[in-house]
Amino acid sequence: MIQLTNVNKRFGTSGAAITAVDDVTLTIGEGKIYGIIGYSGAGKSTLIRLLNGLERPTDGTVEVNGRLMSSIGGKELRQARQKVSMIFQHFNLLWSRTVKENITFPLEIAGINKTERERKAAELIELVGLAGRENAYPSQLSGGQKQRVGIARALANDPEVLLCDEATSALDPETTDAILDLLTSINERLGLTIVLITHEMHVIRKICHEVAVMEQGRVVETGDVLEIFQSPKAPITKRFVSQVTEPEDAKKVMSLMRQDHPDGTLVKLAFVGERTEQPVLASLIREFPIDVSILQGNISQTRGGAYGTLILQLTGDEAATQKAITFLHEQGVQTEVFGK
Amino acid sequence: MISTYLPNVDWTKMWDATVETLYMTAVSTVFTFIFGLALGILLFLTAPGHIWANRLVNVLTGSLVNIFRSIPFIILIILLIPFTKFLIGTIRGPEAAMPALIIGAAPFYARMVLIALREIDKGVLEAARSMGAKTSTIIFKVLLPESMPALLSGITVTAIALVGYTAMAGIIGAGGLGTLAFLDGFQRSRTDVTLVSTVLILVVVFIIQFAGDFAVKKLDKR
Repeated sequence: MIQLTNVNKRFGTSGAAITAVDDVTLTIGEGKIYGIIGYSGAGKSTLIRLLNGLERPTDGTVEVNGRLMSSIGGKELRQARQKVSMIFQHFNLLWSRTVKENITFPLEIAGINKTERERKAAELIELVGLAGRENAYPSQLSGGQKQRVGIARALANDPEVLLCDEATSALDPETTDAILDLLTSINERLGLTIVLITHEMHVIRKICHEVAVMEQGRVVETGDVLEIFQSPKAPITKRFVSQVTEPEDAKKVMSLMRQDHPDGTLVKLAFVGERTEQPVLASLIREFPIDVSILQGNISQTRGGAYGTLILQLTGDEAATQKAITFLHEQGVQTEVFGK
Repeated sequence: MISTYLPNVDWTKMWDATVETLYMTAVSTVFTFIFGLALGILLFLTAPGHIWANRLVNVLTGSLVNIFRSIPFIILIILLIPFTKFLIGTIRGPEAAMPALIIGAAPFYARMVLIALREIDKGVLEAARSMGAKTSTIIFKVLLPESMPALLSGITVTAIALVGYTAMAGIIGAGGLGTLAFLDGFQRSRTDVTLVSTVLILVVVFIIQFAGDFAVKKLDKR
């Protein structure tokens, strides 16, 4: 569906060139929700703009659904863009147009007649849940509603790919979740491929099938979201994963518990997929003569299954504790010992 | 009763002069709007990083605008006499004032257009491009409507400046309230004529300002 091959993008003159995208090769399958995560300045904004030809690569090729976006231009590029639409962090609606007129704008560009434009707009307003607001101006809408208009506008020309440029970063957590749900249902109902960039692991966790992690213009890690959560390899990926699996206070709780219970062994367990549903903990308590207290627990739902962490304090006989840890390993639970 | 206080005012003449002022202002405002808009859009689109980015055209247009904006209007009228003669066939009357009025005001308005266009959110332009919009679509459906309040308040200011210019054009016999105030009022020491002409000019200016403000308020949905 989308294929980037050895893509480089440099800005500025050769003397003081900035490499925004550095030798990126990426394959995105049809119908997938593909997330690209990175901190600001990682090059993800540039990368996503290569997909609709708003930026042209310095080297390499960008192919979207059989069209070579990196080399076409003029009318061909403009027509290709109607099938690769985009939504934005700051919505980028035309303030001079109403909700309905904003949604019909891409249809005007595509040269669709007025009756058809009206019909399509009404349908999209319904789809994104803005019925009754069609004649409002953007300034009269909340952030979440504006993004809904942005999504409806992006869907107007029945695109094959939807690019999301930090689409939820300007929204509060609740609105973010509502917009993410909308994107998921669009992906399922219309079967279109969604590529999104974000700096929030929460977004990746909630809706993406696959993820690429970017750092300094390079893609440092790619893979299935659940796999990345299960075993992040690059240090930056670990940091992103800990954004959702380890709340801020976890470390504080651990050090406090360590002070209160100097005799215990602290372990962090990570459960993935069907493991989360098996009574590992029950067997642990039953089979070993140790005391187990739960300090902190957390389950994250990803598109591919659940992912959970549990921080335990094991108190009791040294040898038994050791055996218990071995047992956990054998059960396929990732276990990290924090020492005594 | 009025004739007691304003003994020298010939109301027919006064009315004719007002109509001439309105006529000169209206026609030159329309042309200034068109030429200023075209110049402003050209300046905007040829600036680095924009759709028609072209250094040469940008610098040339920019310099031309700056030069004509800098020449004092009274001197511009005199400099343009041969051009006016060629274009209109005469250098007297309201029509003869038009070339100077438009050439004097369009560059001034072009700068305001440029400022207005720069105020447009870059993201909106990017969004239009991402939808596959042609340059003409971007100009007529994004740039102009999105900057319309600023374009309108700009043309209001320019129209008021043009009222002042028409008065100056009175020096070369353009007609209108300026000529009346200067020739009939000042040079013949009829203070009442000067005074009434001034009041009428003020009324014209206030009406333009009011209409401009009203239109801006009506159009601005931000």
